[in-house]
Amino acid sequence: MTAVLPPRRRPRLRRIGLWVLLIGLTCVFALPLLYMLATAFKTPAESVSADFRLWPQDPTLGAFRQILGDDSVPVLRWVGNSLLVAVAHCALTVVLAVLAAYALARMEFRGRRLMMGVILATMFVPAVVMLIPHFLIVNSLGWLNSYAALIIPGAAGAFGVFFLRQFFAAIPRELEEAAIVDGCTQWSTFARIMLPLARPAVATLVVLSFLASWNDYLWPVFVLFSSDMQTLPSGLRLLQAENSTRYDVMMAGAVIASAPVLALYVIAQRWIIEGVSTSGIKG
Amino acid sequence: MSTAAPSLSPSRSPVPVAPVDAPRRIRRGSPVTPYLFIGPFLILFAVFVLAPILVLAWSSTRQWILGFDSGGFVGGENYATLLSGQGVLSEEFWRGMRVTAVFTVLSVPLLVTVPFALALLLNLRFRGRTLFRAVYFAPYVLGVAVVGVLWHFLLDARVGPVNHLLGAIGLPDATAWTTSLPAGWVSLVGVTVWWTVGFNAVIYLAALQDVPAELHEAARIDGAGAWRRLWAVTIPHMRRVLQFVVVITIIASANMYGQSALITQEQPGGATRTAIGYIAQTGMRSYDIGMASAMSMILAVCLIAASLLVNQLFRLVGKV
Repeated sequence: MTAVLPPRRRPRLRRIGLWVLLIGLTCVFALPLLYMLATAFKTPAESVSADFRLWPQDPTLGAFRQILGDDSVPVLRWVGNSLLVAVAHCALTVVLAVLAAYALARMEFRGRRLMMGVILATMFVPAVVMLIPHFLIVNSLGWLNSYAALIIPGAAGAFGVFFLRQFFAAIPRELEEAAIVDGCTQWSTFARIMLPLARPAVATLVVLSFLASWNDYLWPVFVLFSSDMQTLPSGLRLLQAENSTRYDVMMAGAVIASAPVLALYVIAQRWIIEGVSTSGIKG
Repeated sequence: MSTAAPSLSPSRSPVPVAPVDAPRRIRRGSPVTPYLFIGPFLILFAVFVLAPILVLAWSSTRQWILGFDSGGFVGGENYATLLSGQGVLSEEFWRGMRVTAVFTVLSVPLLVTVPFALALLLNLRFRGRTLFRAVYFAPYVLGVAVVGVLWHFLLDARVGPVNHLLGAIGLPDATAWTTSLPAGWVSLVGVTVWWTVGFNAVIYLAALQDVPAELHEAARIDGAGAWRRLWAVTIPHMRRVLQFVVVITIIASANMYGQSALITQEQPGGATRTAIGYIAQTGMRSYDIGMASAMSMILAVCLIAASLLVNQLFRLVGKV
């Protein structure tokens, strides 16, 4: 029998190989992060010593004190800036995309096909095309060095609309008809029937746009000038410039910048990963 | 199928009742409503997506230093200067383009294949799959700034733990990972793989789940080994996803900025400054809008050409 149908059970050796590989990879991905955390609690001398220690010899809050006591790098303010910008950008992106996607998927109106075509076409325009024009537009609106420069320009992308449109389009029309027969207006059909059904897709877009805004680096570096307006990513650059030899301080800054997203990741890990994986499925 | 809708009040309806299946979308309520839904998006879309395309085409034909003179029309002169290869701007731009090209050519093959292998691994049956997936994906949520600052430290030639560890196992322990070439390429590409491998892997993993299990079973019965099944069953089924991943990865690699700004800090002597880094520098620090715009156009055209080429290649491979 086995000659015809190879056995389903894997030999023991292969099982062991699999686990060695899995644990090896875990070290590759987790150790750098753990080392960042450990170094943030080391003394300046230990942070650059040749011993590879994942537990500091004399744990100290010195690096954190140094950052929080330095007025030229207001890290707590940056945490607030980052949160404000990411939440506002995410809310604006999602609200605009949900409304537009619903109209395109579920309503009949003049110009719908043209709008769809134009929005789709812009998905193929490389992002570098937007960089200098955004700078010019933001400058002429007087938004340089402001939150608006970070929140608004990227909020009307084609991706969100296309992503959500597929989900709205896939909802059976009987549901919509039943709602209308029951006396729902267009708005209440949308808000009470359709939107709740699209919740998983909306959640995905929330996660993706929050992460994109939270982690954005190039744009804030070039449109923010004063140190109190920086977000965490662009602020880390200032911290690096000020403390180029104090790796304990830089790692403390990196820990502060990553703690909020890592906490979010621990809570919503499954959800974030599923969000990313569905973003790859193009209709 | 009935041709007419069972109308509730046929006598009051002056127009013929529409067939049930005919209108693809429901058209009840005010005709203005759709525009209220789509309007807010369209306004921002017009200002921040459509207008920029026109603005760029326009600004790339001016001699324009922001804040000094509003700039006269110079036609294709900016492009001519850049394409001539003469002068500092042109030389530095093409140096950046070469850096971007080298990084893209080195990183894309790894960023396409390593995550694929990782996805195959995570698609096996074992306990704690979701946990391992979460750990491998974790670096991606951090963002380039944290990753860059972290690896700038880990790869420091004198005090970084990477060289300490290499020394401990008897390998050369003084490589200048962040300040010399070609070691700098290893750093930039390696860290990018470490950072984003989970992202592409998760996209592959979702697609692997859609490969029909019966086909694998049939191939197995026909005596195909794991390697043969990978090439004959899995990969052909993943063609569209592979194509998608290749295109988005090329675009992402060509947009690389943070890694070279933070890990190698564009060292040695600007030799790892990417095209996008130089465009940003020219336009938003030196305020040379005309030149930066023309550079953006050239880079964009290269990217569109690369995407079209990839799509064409996949079409050819699909036909064979």
